Amino acid sequence: MNKIILVAQREFLTRVQKKTFLLSTIGLPLIIFVFYGMIIYFSVKTTDNYKIAVADKANIFNGKIGSKDKEVIFEFVPSDTAALQASIAKNDYQAYLYVPASFTLDGKDSLQFRSAKSVGLMTREKIQSKINKALEEKRLLSFNITKEQLDSIQKEKEYIQFSSASGKTENETKVGVSYAVGMISGFMIYIILFIYGTMVMRGVMEEKVSRIAEVIISSVKPFQLMMGKIFGIGAVGLIQFLIWIVLVFGIQFAIAMLFPSLVQSMQGQPIQPAGMQAAHAVQESGAMSGAMKGLSTINFPLIIGCFIFYFIGGYLLYSSLFAAVGSAVNEDPQDAQSLLLPITMPIIFAIVIMMKAVNDPNSGIAIFGSLFPLTSPIVMMARVAYGVPEGVTLFQLLLSMALLILGFLGTTWIAAKIYRTGILLYGKKITWKVMWTWAWKKN
Amino acid sequence: MSKILELKNLKKYYATQKAVDDISFSIEKGSIFGLLGPNGAGKTTLLRMITGIFYPDQGEIILDGQQFDPINDIIKIGYMPEERGLYKKMKIGDQALYLAQLKGLSKTEAMAKIKFWFKRLEMESWWNKKVEDLSKGMSQKLQFVITVLHEPKLIILDEPFSGLDPVNANLIKDEIYGLAQRGCTVIFSTHRMEQVEEICDHIVLVNLGKKILDGTVTEIKQQFKENIYSVKVHQLPANLNSDAFHIVDQTANLLTVKINEGKNSNDVLKYFIEQNLTIESFNEVLPTLNDIFINLVDGTKATTRAFQPIND
Repeated sequence: MNKIILVAQREFLTRVQKKTFLLSTIGLPLIIFVFYGMIIYFSVKTTDNYKIAVADKANIFNGKIGSKDKEVIFEFVPSDTAALQASIAKNDYQAYLYVPASFTLDGKDSLQFRSAKSVGLMTREKIQSKINKALEEKRLLSFNITKEQLDSIQKEKEYIQFSSASGKTENETKVGVSYAVGMISGFMIYIILFIYGTMVMRGVMEEKVSRIAEVIISSVKPFQLMMGKIFGIGAVGLIQFLIWIVLVFGIQFAIAMLFPSLVQSMQGQPIQPAGMQAAHAVQESGAMSGAMKGLSTINFPLIIGCFIFYFIGGYLLYSSLFAAVGSAVNEDPQDAQSLLLPITMPIIFAIVIMMKAVNDPNSGIAIFGSLFPLTSPIVMMARVAYGVPEGVTLFQLLLSMALLILGFLGTTWIAAKIYRTGILLYGKKITWKVMWTWAWKKN
Repeated sequence: MSKILELKNLKKYYATQKAVDDISFSIEKGSIFGLLGPNGAGKTTLLRMITGIFYPDQGEIILDGQQFDPINDIIKIGYMPEERGLYKKMKIGDQALYLAQLKGLSKTEAMAKIKFWFKRLEMESWWNKKVEDLSKGMSQKLQFVITVLHEPKLIILDEPFSGLDPVNANLIKDEIYGLAQRGCTVIFSTHRMEQVEEICDHIVLVNLGKKILDGTVTEIKQQFKENIYSVKVHQLPANLNSDAFHIVDQTANLLTVKINEGKNSNDVLKYFIEQNLTIESFNEVLPTLNDIFINLVDGTKATTRAFQPIND
């Protein structure tokens, strides 16, 4: 045990004292924020007005389509098609919408929309939804429905209350926040497994390639060397993650305080980085104050506790496998690629299941994924975000944790056997088949 | 003298070969012991069992009078493997300290010993350098220091002189003698026979996983001698003919002769004296270890055995 600590200490210190550690620890959040900044910049910038001339010969729209908006502007003009063509050619307008005098609301006629240049997907969607919405309203009104009736139809969805069997109300914000929290923590564990798993693998390869392995193995058991490395790098990961979290929240907070208007314009953006998709869900389900209320309904001690447990459990489970692969690789790092495939497959699988679980935490696949140790660190986070017992029963959670511990012991046992043989073997190209026979060799 | 290491019927079989097949020998305390054998003979496997890296399938290892315990006896052994290296990016001083601590020394103990050895081998200025800045010979020297730093009772050196220039090789050689004098036992594994003849007291030759020779260097040479003598005479006669010997080789007036069955060296001398030929020198020619080695190993297909199935 003493020697495991010694090895872990070296692994930790040599990594933390490197300049690259400082760069990546501080640089990465900065890069993320430059990225954010660019999104903000472009989202502010894309408010180029898209001016559309509307020639409403049938007077369907009564001079108004949708609410006022900076991005898409409808201007009603009395011109005919020829004049409209000319005006878009002159670039007075980007496009025109022609409503022929014969246009009726029975849904048989179609409208003509012509633009000088092809319309981008986002703008097209916006224009389409505005016109459709306006048409829909007009059409409903044409069925002798009063304005009040129409309003009451549109209010309909607020009459439904979703609640669990136990009678607890689940408002939409809570579901949205759970979705966001599940998604983010699942992704974070996914990233951790990859970053620190490959770090372990490269560390093992370095020892093998620099031929120090046998020198060390003569004073330390291979298992101690492997575990020391795994613990040392795990500690690096934990520290790095803590710094990141503090930095990310710190910078985010600072930005929000300094430029409140930017934060506002961030909301409702259609293009967002993968991690922000989740945040988008929060915004869809209500204003920021609602989200804050939603956040307060989330059981954070449970989620943080589970996150740390699955972070450590998942890391330990996978890093020993990464170490086993590292020990089997010779000089050629390309060999690692093909050997890694069986390890990366379940991780990617887990992310796919997690995407499903975050929408439907109690589906069969989500339950399987959250119990199976190779996928549970990622999938369970999606379910836990919905809370106990709404997202996951206490029994399943405990079972999943127990299985993860067993899984970790299992992979470590197998990996240690592969590692012990692999680390001293030079010059042979190793396949998984060979590694498998090492794993079951006695002694 | 007591024994530092005894191996009793050690066996280690791999899937495709009998790497070590029933080897026993013992090593005297304070001696320098040579473990010889062609490539693939099973030397490395044998050394890995002695250092506790591998467990033998069968047999016993007795270290210093007690059953070998791979976990607690690490401090008693210093092993410099053939495949050796160091962390390239780590500072030399830190590296030596780390490896000494892994052996089980405390930090202060390790520090004192490192300082002692670095001073002794004039390596003090290296402390803050990295291994990647060292030449091959320098890192070899560092590797040696790391191996013997904790003053183990048993030092195992696998090809210790490869990559060293004659000056540094001599330096290390002197250190090896010095360690042996202070009671350390050195196991020395190499293919370089001239070094073995020079350094080792006792040798064991393994081939195909079996021990084929065991004894002191002089014993073995005596065992393999072929009654060959070199005779230098002042003047050669036109005709040399004796039933005591026949000539194997002749350069100018230096003859190499092999004594015939049933005769001895005195018969040879008698012949020359009777012929009234002045003898300038008369020496027995013992075979070199190199000759013995090649003689014993040649033709056994030792190097290709890894690809042959076991038949038993």
